[in-house]
Amino acid sequence: MRLSDARPHTRLILSEIEGGERLEKKLTDMGLIPGEQISKLESSGKGPVMLLVKGAKIVIGRGMADKIIVKEKIIKKNITIALVGNPNSGKTSIFNNLTGTRQHVGNYPGVTVEKKEGSLQYGDYTMRIIDLPGVYSLTAYSLDEVVARNFILESKPDLIVDVVDSSNLERNLYLATQLMELGTPLVLAFNMSDIAKAAGQHIDEDTFSKLVGIKIVPTVGTKNKGTTQLLKTIVETYQRKEQIKKISINYGKEIEDELSKLSCSLKDTQSLTKQYPIRWLAIKLIEGDKDMLDFVKTKVGTSEILKQSTLSRNHIKSIFADDPETIIADRRYGFINGMLHEVITNTAESHLKVSDMIDRVVVNRIAGIPIFLGIMWLMFKAIFVLSERPMEWIEYAQTIVAAFISGFLPEGSFIQGLIVDGMIGGVGSVLVFVPIIFMLFLCMSILEDSGYMARIAFIVDKFMHKIGLHGRSFIPMLLGFGCNVPAIMATRVIESKKDRLTTILINPFMSCGAKLPIYTLLIGAFFSKSISGNVLFSLYLLGFVMAVLMAKLLRKFVFIGESAPFVMELPPYRMPTIRGLFTHMWERGWLYIKKAGTVILLGCILIWSLSALPLHAQGDLSKSYIARVGRFIEPVIKPLGFDWKIGTALISGIVAKEIVVGTLGVLYGAEEGEDNRPTSLRNALREDRYPDGRRVFTPLIAYALMVFVLLYIPCLSTAAVIRKESGSWGWMFFSISYSTFLAWLAAFIVYQGGRLLGF
Amino acid sequence: MTEEKIDTAAYMAPGDKAKIIKVSGASNVRKKLLDMGIMPGVVIEMIRPAPLGDPVQIKIKGYHLSLRKTEASRIVIKKQRQKE
Repeated sequence: MRLSDARPHTRLILSEIEGGERLEKKLTDMGLIPGEQISKLESSGKGPVMLLVKGAKIVIGRGMADKIIVKEKIIKKNITIALVGNPNSGKTSIFNNLTGTRQHVGNYPGVTVEKKEGSLQYGDYTMRIIDLPGVYSLTAYSLDEVVARNFILESKPDLIVDVVDSSNLERNLYLATQLMELGTPLVLAFNMSDIAKAAGQHIDEDTFSKLVGIKIVPTVGTKNKGTTQLLKTIVETYQRKEQIKKISINYGKEIEDELSKLSCSLKDTQSLTKQYPIRWLAIKLIEGDKDMLDFVKTKVGTSEILKQSTLSRNHIKSIFADDPETIIADRRYGFINGMLHEVITNTAESHLKVSDMIDRVVVNRIAGIPIFLGIMWLMFKAIFVLSERPMEWIEYAQTIVAAFISGFLPEGSFIQGLIVDGMIGGVGSVLVFVPIIFMLFLCMSILEDSGYMARIAFIVDKFMHKIGLHGRSFIPMLLGFGCNVPAIMATRVIESKKDRLTTILINPFMSCGAKLPIYTLLIGAFFSKSISGNVLFSLYLLGFVMAVLMAKLLRKFVFIGESAPFVMELPPYRMPTIRGLFTHMWERGWLYIKKAGTVILLGCILIWSLSALPLHAQGDLSKSYIARVGRFIEPVIKPLGFDWKIGTALISGIVAKEIVVGTLGVLYGAEEGEDNRPTSLRNALREDRYPDGRRVFTPLIAYALMVFVLLYIPCLSTAAVIRKESGSWGWMFFSISYSTFLAWLAAFIVYQGGRLLGF
Repeated sequence: MTEEKIDTAAYMAPGDKAKIIKVSGASNVRKKLLDMGIMPGVVIEMIRPAPLGDPVQIKIKGYHLSLRKTEASRIVIKKQRQKE
């Protein structure tokens, strides 16, 4: 573009000067060098052109300006967008549509609520999108609500997108009324608009926008519809943010009077107003919001404000004979109803019909429980049967890779052992679980996305409540059968801290997937095929009974008091989408691989090295470092019937339970020589004898060992997650010590009791 | 002819509809119920109890919610039963 045609007041980059050397020299002397950033000041279309070059104003003739070629410098705009919405509003699918694969998962500072973040490029804008936890309100009732509210108030995003379930507008818009008060530009995504439309609902979006000054974009997250329109609207709203007229809810004369009184006294307290919008803060104080009252109390010179807010609350109470928060909530719903009356024809209630019919069967008094048990049984079958084959393939691939790589390394050397047995073996022990973990998460996603997960909590709550827990604790406990790491992370859906900590502390007793290889090995080696299923079941049952017992004890002696109220939405049933299921499965599965995998791999290398060092003890495992540790603890585990090799395996299992098998393999493999397929390890265990000819393993010892493994120390990754989720080292150490003590006690009872009974 | 009876939501039979008069109880529970749309003047419909008898499934503002009977007993209602 020629400088003469360029728009004024934009940043320009001088790229070329036409018209020969003389002109170029003349302009260069004035500072107009190619590459330089300049801007045009005047633009009358005729006459000389005024320029700003390096902070100095210069004037050149129009003829010259014609000869100068410039480029407009595009300024990238970075904006932060917070994505909020009710649970079950399809927020996750909108997030995925917007950001695609450019996501990463972290934590909010100080708390363990998962923070999903993604970015995208749209036009000149680089958007950073933060997926806030699903909430119904911003009352700061649960941890999720506190996180969402604090993020909006403290990190001050440039714009908020509220994802709303179009088929349940009334309750979904309640959150929107609270977001409006925060003063951040807001865009509403009316999601699942296809369901609402099919049910005959029509929304007049233009009228809505005019009434509340907020743009609406109809979207269908599961089908990726409306994403471009949403992006366009985000940019439009952001660019016009200064002009958007703010419409606030009128809470009625009595409350408005109190609000203005309170706003008046708030106005002069800078420490408050620079952090929060005045009107919002005034509303929160009248609502008696505990967090905000505490915040105001910490500031100097706020006694007047606190006095006024108590006065206002009492005044409102005396007029309405009800507390201010009820009146305010009522006015918000009144506002929503008034608005919906204007813009909606025919509400979408009929969409619930199919869902109602499913509920009539699925949570039926008689059929409900059999169906629930059937689904659980089916899920476990699916997880374990379908993952069998891929696990075999992975084992096979590992053998091939190990054989291939050993060929390149000096036979029998330390380095060959480290790479083949330590590293490849370690990677293998992580990878072999991937199919089972992914299947588990796939099943979980199906339950969650279909809406059945909430019904599980509904069905089992009475039972869970009896053992001092919450219907929602069932889901983390169920997940615990797969892996305690995601299970403990899943406890954050439990609102009460007591319920949450109890669920976290009993979770490791749920026999996780990593314990299964130990059971498989020992049951395969010491129990006949006909009873192996029962033996396995007895272990799962024992874990569950222990969890129930400990929950009772913890609630009785440690976390004393009422359990949290059970107020939970039962969302309509929905058909899960393939894409949604696989995204969930992948996200959580990957988290497991990352969180657990790295620790397991390191553990394997460490354990292998300990068993191979010191070098001068080569070949003689009984002189290795790990044997020394095993021998050191032998006196403690002798009453359980365990020898130093088992002790060594148990110690290595602290890193991750499945390493117990790996260590036994290494320990016996080293003694045997070369082959370490599972069948031969089974043989080695069966044949191993003490110097006096007694067998090291008997079925009774094998069972005591399985009981010990079931209950002792949660693995390193789980311990790390417990620390993070409970927010204290104390609970982590408590968990480690009480579970190990319990494991010892239980294994002692099994072994000594079994001997007395003559096994 | 309609008969009016003051009662709590815990005593509603499946299919019953009633208007909420008052929500009593501790402030944090009441706030949670408010956020979910349970407030005076709103119509609540009992759908069914869970297979084990507790909690209960109710319908409010066009969506389904589950509550324990202890929470439901805090919701004071005015039952409107049609009589032939």
